[in-house]
Amino acid sequence: MSTVTPNLPPKREITTVPRFSDKVFRAIVTAGGLSSLVVLALIAFFLVYNGLDIFRSEGLKFLTGFDWIDASPEEGLPAQYGIGAMLYGTLVIGFLAVLIGVPIAVGAALFLSYYAPEWIKKPMVVVVDVMAAIPSVVFGLWGFFILMPHAEYWAKLIHKYLGFIPFFDMPAPAYTRSPFIAGLVLAIMIIPIVTSISREIFAQTPLDRIQAAYALGATKWSMIKAVVFPYGAGGIVGGAMLGLGRALGETVAVYTVLNLVYDIRIEVLLSAGGSVASMIVNKFGEADAPELRALMAAGFVLFMVTLLVNFIANIIINRTARKG
Amino acid sequence: MSTSIAPQVLPEKPWRPTFKRVLPDLFGALLTAVSTVLIVAVTPLKGKLGFSLTLIAMALVFSVLISGVRKDKKAAFNSVSTVFVYIAATFVLIPLFSILYEIYSRGVGALTWGIFTKDMSLSSADAPVSEGGLLHAIIGTLYLVAIATIISAPIGLLTALYIVEVKGRAAGLVRFFVQAMSGVPSIVAGLFIYAVWMIGLGNSYNAGAGAAALAILMIPTVARTSEEVLRLIPPDLREAGLALGATQWRTVAMIILPAARSGLITAIILGIARVAGETAPLLLTIGGADAINLNPFSGNSSALPYYVWKNLSLGNPESIERAWAGVMVLMLLVFIFFTLARYFSGKRTGR
Repeated sequence: MSTVTPNLPPKREITTVPRFSDKVFRAIVTAGGLSSLVVLALIAFFLVYNGLDIFRSEGLKFLTGFDWIDASPEEGLPAQYGIGAMLYGTLVIGFLAVLIGVPIAVGAALFLSYYAPEWIKKPMVVVVDVMAAIPSVVFGLWGFFILMPHAEYWAKLIHKYLGFIPFFDMPAPAYTRSPFIAGLVLAIMIIPIVTSISREIFAQTPLDRIQAAYALGATKWSMIKAVVFPYGAGGIVGGAMLGLGRALGETVAVYTVLNLVYDIRIEVLLSAGGSVASMIVNKFGEADAPELRALMAAGFVLFMVTLLVNFIANIIINRTARKG
Repeated sequence: MSTSIAPQVLPEKPWRPTFKRVLPDLFGALLTAVSTVLIVAVTPLKGKLGFSLTLIAMALVFSVLISGVRKDKKAAFNSVSTVFVYIAATFVLIPLFSILYEIYSRGVGALTWGIFTKDMSLSSADAPVSEGGLLHAIIGTLYLVAIATIISAPIGLLTALYIVEVKGRAAGLVRFFVQAMSGVPSIVAGLFIYAVWMIGLGNSYNAGAGAAALAILMIPTVARTSEEVLRLIPPDLREAGLALGATQWRTVAMIILPAARSGLITAIILGIARVAGETAPLLLTIGGADAINLNPFSGNSSALPYYVWKNLSLGNPESIERAWAGVMVLMLLVFIFFTLARYFSGKRTGR
């Protein structure tokens, strides 16, 4: 028996139990992956924690009240904090932005998906991406100095010819820094995101249906109406809501082109509007401790509203994308 | 030399529009242009607005007329929608080109070597633009972006790895919340950092706090883009690694991450481009300064968006000019990041 035993390494154990290194790896990755959940929870917690006094003392009046008055000890008046007017103003400019921006964005997405020749399509996709990367302070500067003079003129025309509609009525001839102009700037800011989401959803329209429509003699528009829109409706709605979420949270651009007034007005051309995010920046500089807490509470409301809008938008988009 | 003399056959391209088929469109465009010029010249409609409105109206009228007369009602609807789609595409492009043009024409005058080498500590706000500069703002922005990247890049990458590679129990939940997190208003991130860093821990303004706020906004961009990149890695690579007996850790570290490297760099740069221009959180966290501050964790600091904001609120003509110069430098910076991102994403094979 002189067979040489080859110098084999010890047999490795075949097992499904993860090695130690994998356990460490998985623990680190899981911790990292869950940290964004933790951050979101911390944001909510700290804003509530700091704003708790205000929620307690103001109650529901915080959401519905119009007044934002600091306490004045010499007159013995308590502080009053209500973001009702600002919340209403935020919704008004958000809906204006969606009303103006979404049709243009969907049209542009249709153009990119079905109308544009290849040599226009590629650069224009890049251009839309570039637009999404423009910082909001740039939109503010441009909106204030370049768009505002034009928009003022448009507002005058709208008032002149459509003034009988209560929304376009003007109690005083002050056309600058109105919700209408803020809505225009926001519309331009949300166009890139709505365009790219609509385009992604349109791209998932089943090709056989498109070809079937054409084979039955449909024009391009009949095809879009019969195939693309029914399939992409969810994507358009979701994209619009995502745009709405952006518009509701926008701060700096709105602050530069909107005159903050603590009042609820339905005249969108008038130089008086509201925005929770802009109000926070506006009041932050000279806020004392109680007012700071009120701002934290306002931030929490804004956080919850945008989170809710984003949740719904993402659910709709994910559902549409899966169906396609 | 082969000398086959096959007859030259030109391929037929029946889908190519012939001149005869384009003719009605050309005719319509000509009618539109002529009638618009005529109407603007004759009626009191004036200016760019009057001209564009007339142009749109005329384009609609003639496209409907021509296709309606030549074909039927469906064709007329089709031309109306085509006109609207082209108008929408134009409306998307107009603001962008207007913004780029105005930034260039208003910012380029103030763009001298001096603004890259000096700060504002020795110049008053209403001094001519040739005095002072924005070096302090550039340095501040670089600090902010660097620290924000150091915080958010690992978290973003780990989040993407958790969703795609580890596929943990909460992967769907994490993915959903990261999607929602990208919609968190920037001002809320600033308020949060203020609540923790200033109110909670009693610190004062500094660049580190601003960077923490920016990191919150940067995580979702990095995480979502890296997730998409990791999904594009073919599963064969993963299986090959595991089949060779590698642990998951070795597979990810030695195979997946190197294969996805340029895409992951793109993800990080896109995140940087997203936060480099953020203004609102900085208003609550960095305090603002006119002099260079080389310590990001102590003392007030400035940043390019903050510089633009401050000069815009000062409101005198010199400040406004400074704001435009600041915007131009900021946009140059964002475009550099953006081009880098596209360069790296173009390098990726398979797409």
